[in-house]
Amino acid sequence: MAELKSKDVLGLEHMSADEIQLILDTADSMREIIDRPIKQVPTLRGRNVLSLFYESSTRTKISFDLACRYLSAGAVSVAKSGSSLDKGESLRDTVRNVEVMGPELVIMRHPSGGAPHYLAQNVTSSVINAGDGYHEHPTQGLLDMMSVRRRTGTLEGLKVTIVGDLFHSRVARSDIWGFQKMGSEVVVSAPSTLIPPDIEEMGCRVEPRVEDALKDADVVCVLRLQLERQKQSFFPSVREYHALYGINARRLGLARPGALLMHPGPMNRGVEITTDIADGPQSIILDQVPNGVAVRMALLYLLLGGGE
Amino acid sequence: MQKILIKGGHVIDLGNGRDTKADLLVEGNRIAAIGDQLTVEGAEVVDAEGCTVSPGFVDLHVHLREPGFEYKEDIFTGTRAAARGGFTSIVCMPNTEPVIDDETGVRFVRDKAGQHGAVRVYPAGAVTKGQKGEEIAEIGLMHEAGAKMFSDDGLPVVSARVMSTALTYSKMFGVPISTHEEDPTLAGDGAVNFGRISTLMGLPGMPEEAETVMIARDLELCRRVGGHLHIGHVSTARSVALIAGAKEDGVNVTCEVTPHHLTLTEDLVRESDYDTNTKMKPPLRTESDRRALVTALREGIIDAVATDHAPHSFDDKDREYIFADNGIVGLETAFALLHDRLVLPGDLPLHRLIEALTAAPARILGVDAGTLREGALADIAILRTDQEWAVNPGDFASKGRNTPLVGWSLTGKVETVLVDGKIVMRGGELL
Repeated sequence: MAELKSKDVLGLEHMSADEIQLILDTADSMREIIDRPIKQVPTLRGRNVLSLFYESSTRTKISFDLACRYLSAGAVSVAKSGSSLDKGESLRDTVRNVEVMGPELVIMRHPSGGAPHYLAQNVTSSVINAGDGYHEHPTQGLLDMMSVRRRTGTLEGLKVTIVGDLFHSRVARSDIWGFQKMGSEVVVSAPSTLIPPDIEEMGCRVEPRVEDALKDADVVCVLRLQLERQKQSFFPSVREYHALYGINARRLGLARPGALLMHPGPMNRGVEITTDIADGPQSIILDQVPNGVAVRMALLYLLLGGGE
Repeated sequence: MQKILIKGGHVIDLGNGRDTKADLLVEGNRIAAIGDQLTVEGAEVVDAEGCTVSPGFVDLHVHLREPGFEYKEDIFTGTRAAARGGFTSIVCMPNTEPVIDDETGVRFVRDKAGQHGAVRVYPAGAVTKGQKGEEIAEIGLMHEAGAKMFSDDGLPVVSARVMSTALTYSKMFGVPISTHEEDPTLAGDGAVNFGRISTLMGLPGMPEEAETVMIARDLELCRRVGGHLHIGHVSTARSVALIAGAKEDGVNVTCEVTPHHLTLTEDLVRESDYDTNTKMKPPLRTESDRRALVTALREGIIDAVATDHAPHSFDDKDREYIFADNGIVGLETAFALLHDRLVLPGDLPLHRLIEALTAAPARILGVDAGTLREGALADIAILRTDQEWAVNPGDFASKGRNTPLVGWSLTGKVETVLVDGKIVMRGGELL
């Protein structure tokens, strides 16, 4: 039986196409469970999962919690606020405590790139990265691929355009690695202050003008603009960002007819994306959410060896 | 008077035109004679057959952490680490707690080093009071108390006016102002070099221009007002180009480079999977920067090698990458690393490495060190250039174990060290 090579899912950069394929196929069958009236199966009964969220999260956290519940795994979540994570406990001590409490799998979100790697090096449990700094967010990348593949049947030969704050985006990095491994072409576009240096080394193409980037795209992935970046002078105003890089119906019209529109959420409507297209027929944004649960179920299943 | 005869070694001391096999006689705390086949009645003989005999190394950039951070390092352990690395004179940086910004602080370090130090210690005084960058410190009184160099190291002097004043004022005493060149608005909260690695690893980056714009500024200030500008830990190709240009114009500037910037690159951050022992300021840069630094050292554009020995406790490094302290230890690996990675492959002649570790920094500091001429203080390092060893931080004399070189096999070892005519290390063992 095909399986994942590592005990951990820390990023898509080092994951093979076969592994991604396996996860997406497994996620498709998990999606069937979600679509049932009774969503719970006993597959991971008796297994325990711990979530450590050092950064606030609503969607990702709920998604992992539901994934655990649907597979009957026990889930405990700790958020930063009000917990020892907020009391200056070192990551080393948190790790040691985790180890003796003995969950089989730990989910971690953290503001520092590499923090889940540190955890993974120091515990025998599996670790899933739920977002580290602006490094990677592999489950988001996987759910984006799953959402597209369920519409198009394949990721091979697609042109995927990612627009927005690439500099601070872990979603973008996971998408760039993931889609390319599955045979898609990735084009990125952002104001020049929000393009990280040497991003071409990841294999993607940079198109500074958003109109050029969108031309003939099969998939348009719009990134969330963190509004506090304006105070750090990455762009002069929300108004100007919207005028130059906001995705609206006219710009979406430059993509292929029927191109798919995605956003990892939460959206700033009227800033990086307009309401008409966010809620329009090309949008698969609401599909991304249950697919996110399915992808996370798939990872729990594959990492915890639910089949045995 | 006690006599020590170092027999059969290859003496390298280019300042005195020496690169030959010779015996060396130490009487008391001075070098009494150098010559062929010396025989001396009643002398203790140190067999240096097959070894290189060098002046003791001089390090312009060490953090001894005392007072205030004795849990990271103190004068006793830091000077023993220096001796293990062949360093017989070191400058310790004033970013302690309290900051060494007055004569009391300078005297404290000198007294403590005099009592407990294994090597000579020259405290650097702060350039500005409390290293706050606002008012210049009592450079004159600290100089009288024994400070040979001034630096706000760890922090840049952000105000160009304050830096200009410090350079102007320091002229009265002929002391170098050593700088930590980093524009804080450009460096931000950077943890690694800004570029390919910061992008791939999702870590905040410090761009090379955070260093170069400050170097350009200080070169222009020094050109205008004079003084002796010594640029600490240069790390980029452009830094070297700017300094070369200023030197050509006759600006009174010197500079140093660390062993790690000469041998490691930002790729190690990635290869080590976020090892926080790859985190330092300035950050490890690119391979083309590294090559430019090696060339500049070979050609003398970079004057000296200085370790920026920055000991930290395990806990201060054992953290998330963005939260970990900056810096690595360097005293006990410097010679071996540079000999193994630069001299053996032919990128740097051994005599130039030794000069950059001895005569050049001694000249910058204006102290009697870094030479083996007859009559000089007997500070001597005896090196085995053929001995291979593996780096094991457990063996360090330093309290700091923070090095990315764990387990590295290096060829070149410091065998025996004399400070002030006394053997402080023999056969690789501290006495």
